[in-house]
Amino acid sequence: MQGSRWSRLLGRRLVQVGPVAILATFVVFALVQLIPGDLAIALAGEHTTEERIAEIRRIHGLDRPFLVQYGTWLWDAVRGDLSVSLLTGESVLTSIAQRLPNTLVVVGSALVISMLVGIPLGIAASIRPGSRLDGFVTVIASLGIALPGFWLAMILVATFAMTFQWFPASGSVALTEDWRASLRHAALPAMALAASGIAEVARQTRSALLEVLSSQYVRTLYAKGLPQRLVFWKHGLKNISVTLLTVFGLLVNRMLGATVVVEAVFAIPGMGSLIVNAATGKDFPVVQGVMLTMVAIVIVLNLLIDILYTALDPRVDRR
Amino acid sequence: MSAAIRALLRNPTAALSLAYLLLLLVMSVAAPWIAPHPPTMQNAGAVLAPPNSQYLLGTDDLGRDVFSRLVHGAPLTLSASFLAVTVACLIGLPLGLIAGFVGGWLDEALSRIIDTLLSFPAIVLAIGVTGALGIGLTNSMIAVGLVFSPTIARLVRGQTLIVRSELYVDAARSFGASDARLILRHVLPNAVQPVIVQVTLLLAAALLAEASLSFLGLGVQPPQPSWGAMLARAYHYMEIAPEQMYAPGIAILLTALAFNTLGEALRVALDPTLKHG
Repeated sequence: MQGSRWSRLLGRRLVQVGPVAILATFVVFALVQLIPGDLAIALAGEHTTEERIAEIRRIHGLDRPFLVQYGTWLWDAVRGDLSVSLLTGESVLTSIAQRLPNTLVVVGSALVISMLVGIPLGIAASIRPGSRLDGFVTVIASLGIALPGFWLAMILVATFAMTFQWFPASGSVALTEDWRASLRHAALPAMALAASGIAEVARQTRSALLEVLSSQYVRTLYAKGLPQRLVFWKHGLKNISVTLLTVFGLLVNRMLGATVVVEAVFAIPGMGSLIVNAATGKDFPVVQGVMLTMVAIVIVLNLLIDILYTALDPRVDRR
Repeated sequence: MSAAIRALLRNPTAALSLAYLLLLLVMSVAAPWIAPHPPTMQNAGAVLAPPNSQYLLGTDDLGRDVFSRLVHGAPLTLSASFLAVTVACLIGLPLGLIAGFVGGWLDEALSRIIDTLLSFPAIVLAIGVTGALGIGLTNSMIAVGLVFSPTIARLVRGQTLIVRSELYVDAARSFGASDARLILRHVLPNAVQPVIVQVTLLLAAALLAEASLSFLGLGVQPPQPSWGAMLARAYHYMEIAPEQMYAPGIAILLTALAFNTLGEALRVALDPTLKHG
């Protein structure tokens, strides 16, 4: 019975996610339609020949109907063929496979820091709402959300890489090669990304905890004579796990975006530099490949989070 | 509404934010008279100079006055943010209204499109669209507006759904009011307040997006002085003149903070159920 419940749940979620996933691929593909003028000429670049334009038209199937082009592109993408870079001729999938780990180390570290710092801050603030500590956390949260991550990154480089030389100022090392060096390289960019993450986690933890603690059933627990500490740690925290999952999903999406700019500050060869250089150089297969990878990560993670919701709170299932 | 404004002004941080933003607006309009030097005037004799009596905040790598560029950057940065949020409203408002008001399969379809666009990391989608439209401030801000539009659409859709089921809308309909009249007279006015709050918060997000895109070289093109572009130049001279990054960074931080604070305060001031919370 348990098995069928989970497979039914997964099936239902897939039905919901399916259309979004397909639409997302369509958005990525249709992006090149925004290019003004003849696509083949735009893709061929500035110094080009008639033959090159004709070749591009043929390679990319630009002479065929739009939906046929989309279908072909999608079928190739599903099989792992993301075409080749217009600038370097390198396989897009290979470039992404080389760079994605560098980005994931930074974003992963930033997520861990955000949760580890943000949750305690939110808890501390909610113990006594309106206290000086609560006010301090609110100020930190407001600053963290308004702070441009890449500017914080520059300050961190100037302070901790140039002045004190505690951390490397640029580059990255693969996790599999030397995990200590890898984390040392990821430390500053992760901190720059984590500022807004900490702010968001602290804010949401605080408001979710305050809401739970002011609810009817918590009042009943107090009335039954349960000690405040037990109510807070057992019932309060258990009930904010769903909120934390939601925030986590939101942060993954935001940080995958923010890392693009932060990576530029640290010259990290990640997804960020890949898409920025490609967008500047009108290398659209690469732009599309990066977008597709990032949106796929977000959609798959949100699917997992949705399933976890049900594990944490069976009531979600009955929606 | 006037009660809401009074409530807003009684909140000291909101009043301060509003005062700061008004000052910034005045500075933007009066930039040519406030800035002591033209923003693109180069002084080869004073490159990367520290702050002094002639150059209040020093000079950049081309010997241009940082303070003057900061002042001239204000209208550019602000108008870019306003452009992005305007585009977001122009796309998001009608889509949200239609989805919420018409309902049915159209709502289903539009909602899935909104979900899809929100699945993309905002900056990544904006970079993709900017790359397609062509690099530059206007295109990059249209891209940011496009990326922000589902947020507005989702909000307006929700508001429309609430208002549509109200008794007085039913009453108006039974008196023969047309859909257009229902939308203009009843749905839209009720959706305005949450949209104002969201627009204020989005202005902060647009400001940060402009700074990011200009920093990456996809937004403002030299020699125009947006704050993000100033940070990009400061980045290249970070080892020689790290102090270059502070003025534009603080300007971005304060302005984003002011929009966010004002937005949150507006939310409280406009929501009667939150007023004493």
